[in-house]
Amino acid sequence: MIVGALALQGDFREHIAMLRALDIEAREVRTPAELEAVDALVVPGGESTTIGRLAVQYGLMEPMRGRIRAGMPVLGTCAGMIMLASGTVEYDQPQLGVLDAVVRRNAFGRQVDSFEASLDVVGLDAPMHAVFIRAPWIVKVGADVDVLASIQDELGESHPVLVRQDRILATSFHPELTGETRLHEMLVGLA
Amino acid sequence: MSTPTPQHGTDTVKRGLAEMLKGGVIMDVVSADQAKIAEEAGACAVMALERVPADIRAHGGVARMADPSKVEEIMGAVSIPVMAKSRIGHFVEAQVLESLGVDYIDESEVLTPVDDRHIDKHAFTVPFVCGAKDLGEALRRIGEGAAMIRTKGEPGTGNVIEAVKHMRLMNSQIRWLTTLDENEVMNAAKELRAPYALVQEVRETGQLPVVNFAAGGIATPSDAALMMQLGCDGVFVGSGIFKSGDPSVRAAAIVEATTFYRDAEKIAKVSQNLGEAMVGINIDTLPDEELMQHRGS
Repeated sequence: MIVGALALQGDFREHIAMLRALDIEAREVRTPAELEAVDALVVPGGESTTIGRLAVQYGLMEPMRGRIRAGMPVLGTCAGMIMLASGTVEYDQPQLGVLDAVVRRNAFGRQVDSFEASLDVVGLDAPMHAVFIRAPWIVKVGADVDVLASIQDELGESHPVLVRQDRILATSFHPELTGETRLHEMLVGLA
Repeated sequence: MSTPTPQHGTDTVKRGLAEMLKGGVIMDVVSADQAKIAEEAGACAVMALERVPADIRAHGGVARMADPSKVEEIMGAVSIPVMAKSRIGHFVEAQVLESLGVDYIDESEVLTPVDDRHIDKHAFTVPFVCGAKDLGEALRRIGEGAAMIRTKGEPGTGNVIEAVKHMRLMNSQIRWLTTLDENEVMNAAKELRAPYALVQEVRETGQLPVVNFAAGGIATPSDAALMMQLGCDGVFVGSGIFKSGDPSVRAAAIVEATTFYRDAEKIAKVSQNLGEAMVGINIDTLPDEELMQHRGS
């Protein structure tokens, strides 16, 4: 099994290093031909506008959409979550629309509001240590989407930050920055 | 359901944003319109300025932090991260920029330094990027709390030679460190004038503990790809975009060359018909006192 990391911009190298540490073959994906050769995909953190623009420019949107709809497992982190989702609250930007969810970009605020925290996840015994960097959260999910973790804002309102829809996993935070391997293991398990 | 006890401004959080910028292009902008052009062209962040380095060089006099209204105008125009520059050692300019909510502060030699000492960057929640000509300078800045490093190049010249020299030197010093015996590390720290613990860390990992971007003199897609092939994690483009003939086309081309930096055919394709590059300056013709890279070390 080969896992690709979309390598247009962002921290794809960290995802690849993490997958290789798990003894999984991992490759950078920049072209439709490289996408063709992988069995699962990670869409990394980065700037979603940059990644989206390059994905459109280099003809990756339709092939990614097609593969994911046909059942290829995918994990999107932060910008990757935005790419997978069906809409954002404020911005009109390229998205795959494979995850039935609407996200709010920079939902926690600017960089000075970025943080790390411990996060309880449905189905996991030990919490995850999660790093949120100018992170999005989810404002609306469809019926097929399971919310696996949420965070409460200052007003006590709860916002999903880890969701799963069939073989699609999406997080607001960055498991690849903290050596948190369980989501990558989950991704491989979905193949 | 989690009720987190969030920790802000940790090293992981500060360095993490730089990780997200990797493989991307950070563009100098002086207005909301330029910021939007940069974002649409695929910039991963913008640097909010009153004047680009080429104009600072031409203008002369004391160069200071931008007018806060300029920074706010640019922050309001785009959804990508916004950086801004403070003078070296001017911790109050840095406090002001932090209060505005900028996402990164560049403690920059492009502006006129106010002190031989750099800012204590550990004291801030907002992360800092600093320039470095060599490994010792990079580790001193990281020791002071910088969460990201960039080459110093020679800003505002459109001439990439100095950035290349800085990156080559950094690479060779890192390689040298990895060959040292344990009992040589303290002496290396002394030679590099760098904190022992950081020297030891680089010796063990063979890399800087933070992201390292290219900056200074990058004007073409090939310049950007050159710096990426030399091992930089991404590029800053200062005057090179908005001092060129067709900024939006050149900006997009530099973004694409930074992603496909090993693909000469793609670089050739995006380099076609870009219009005039910025004119540029031969650094040999600049008197020493006009070189910005020697400010702060």
